[in-house]
Amino acid sequence: METKIPTRMGDGSFTAMTRGELRADIEDATQLAARKAKTAPLTEDEQDHLLDIYASTACFTAVDIGDQVVLSCDGGGSKMTGTDILDLLESEQRLGQDILELWHIEYSYKAIKTILPHQQQTMQNAQLLLTAPIQYGAQPNLAFYSRPDGPCENWFELLPRAEIAAARAAIDEAMDYATKDFIFVGEGMLEAGADGMDFDTTGGAGDGDFFSTLRAVKHLREKYPTAGIEVGMAGEFVLGVHGELEWDGRRLAGLWPKGQLEVCQDAGVTLFGPAVNINTGKSCAWNTAHSLTVIKPCMDVARIPVHPNVGEGVCGVPVNGYPPEDAVSRAAKAHVEILRCDGL
Amino acid sequence: MDVTHALAAGMGGIRTAGDLVARMQMSRGMRLTEAKRYVAERLGCSVGDLSDSYAMEQIRGEKGLGRILDHSNLHPGEPNAMMAKFRIAETLGITIPSVEKFKKLAGI
Repeated sequence: METKIPTRMGDGSFTAMTRGELRADIEDATQLAARKAKTAPLTEDEQDHLLDIYASTACFTAVDIGDQVVLSCDGGGSKMTGTDILDLLESEQRLGQDILELWHIEYSYKAIKTILPHQQQTMQNAQLLLTAPIQYGAQPNLAFYSRPDGPCENWFELLPRAEIAAARAAIDEAMDYATKDFIFVGEGMLEAGADGMDFDTTGGAGDGDFFSTLRAVKHLREKYPTAGIEVGMAGEFVLGVHGELEWDGRRLAGLWPKGQLEVCQDAGVTLFGPAVNINTGKSCAWNTAHSLTVIKPCMDVARIPVHPNVGEGVCGVPVNGYPPEDAVSRAAKAHVEILRCDGL
Repeated sequence: MDVTHALAAGMGGIRTAGDLVARMQMSRGMRLTEAKRYVAERLGCSVGDLSDSYAMEQIRGEKGLGRILDHSNLHPGEPNAMMAKFRIAETLGITIPSVEKFKKLAGI
């Protein structure tokens, strides 16, 4: 009888599985992901490697010496909410973060627009006190431009009524407002000395969210040729809320990470962060195998660094306010060693 | 979670050469292998040294690239923060926006 190994579910809770059960989960996940994303499953060697990572009883794991990668982050490092520069100093001096991020709790470009001078002053002050690169981050959050929060018709109310043309017109109008805000904040923060901009959770409101971000990226890239521009995605699949939006002739709706990366790097992005959402009813081994399979095609076509989002609830990290260290470290090791990604 | 990632897979920021490799990813879009090779060449060290806190503490100190400061490891009179970024820009052959802004606003 096989020994049960303590492991985690996608919600972070403990469970116990045999090595055989873990292997079955990995095989199931990679086959399913390959079918959905129309790509190849993980190779036998990759599945064996992943199994070794998850069949360990160690409370912590790590990549091999010398294989460390660059860490970028969304929403700061230590996340001491409201402390701005202290948070950044702590992240640099104590956590050893490679890329720092200044952020505000109103983590949305639409909201940041109204407090831009405050954020610019904080960035200027932070840059005097820190050595590591500091980017500025917020989310596109296109839905904030629809009523009752914004000026445009609410397409999520129009669509169920089959008012497709009106919904698309509302999204088009919202995208114009959004891109202007992203550019306004982006230019403002880069002029204040930011080393880069982070568009975090891009595509959260679907293809319109993604399109309005790509337009802003293109503008910022042309104006600031050496600025860092990170686009982190909201999920593995771009939802076709509008459905007809294209970037250089390529339909955005339905793009998987490889396609997302290709349009991002064409638009001028310098760091791409794919995200693969967690299935809480499956094991972390299942979820990581799913994530690796979906992201792996990126690595062959990437001209820019790829930093998979191993944050809470994505890419094998459980949906939990305090993701357990054993699960987080396994997800990190698996993505670095199997994908050979450029960062996390 | 951030601590976990830093220990499990992170280069180590200014404790090592993580910030320097990151700057090449951000400013030139270099992928990891290329960025590590570039930084190692500019520093005159091996790629392996870049994530070794023992080696990088010496190299950063010698080149004035900024080091971690704590109560038992202080370096008064040595460049840190903005001063170190002037040297990082020169060492890596890149433009750092905050350095350029500092020069402009200070009238340098």
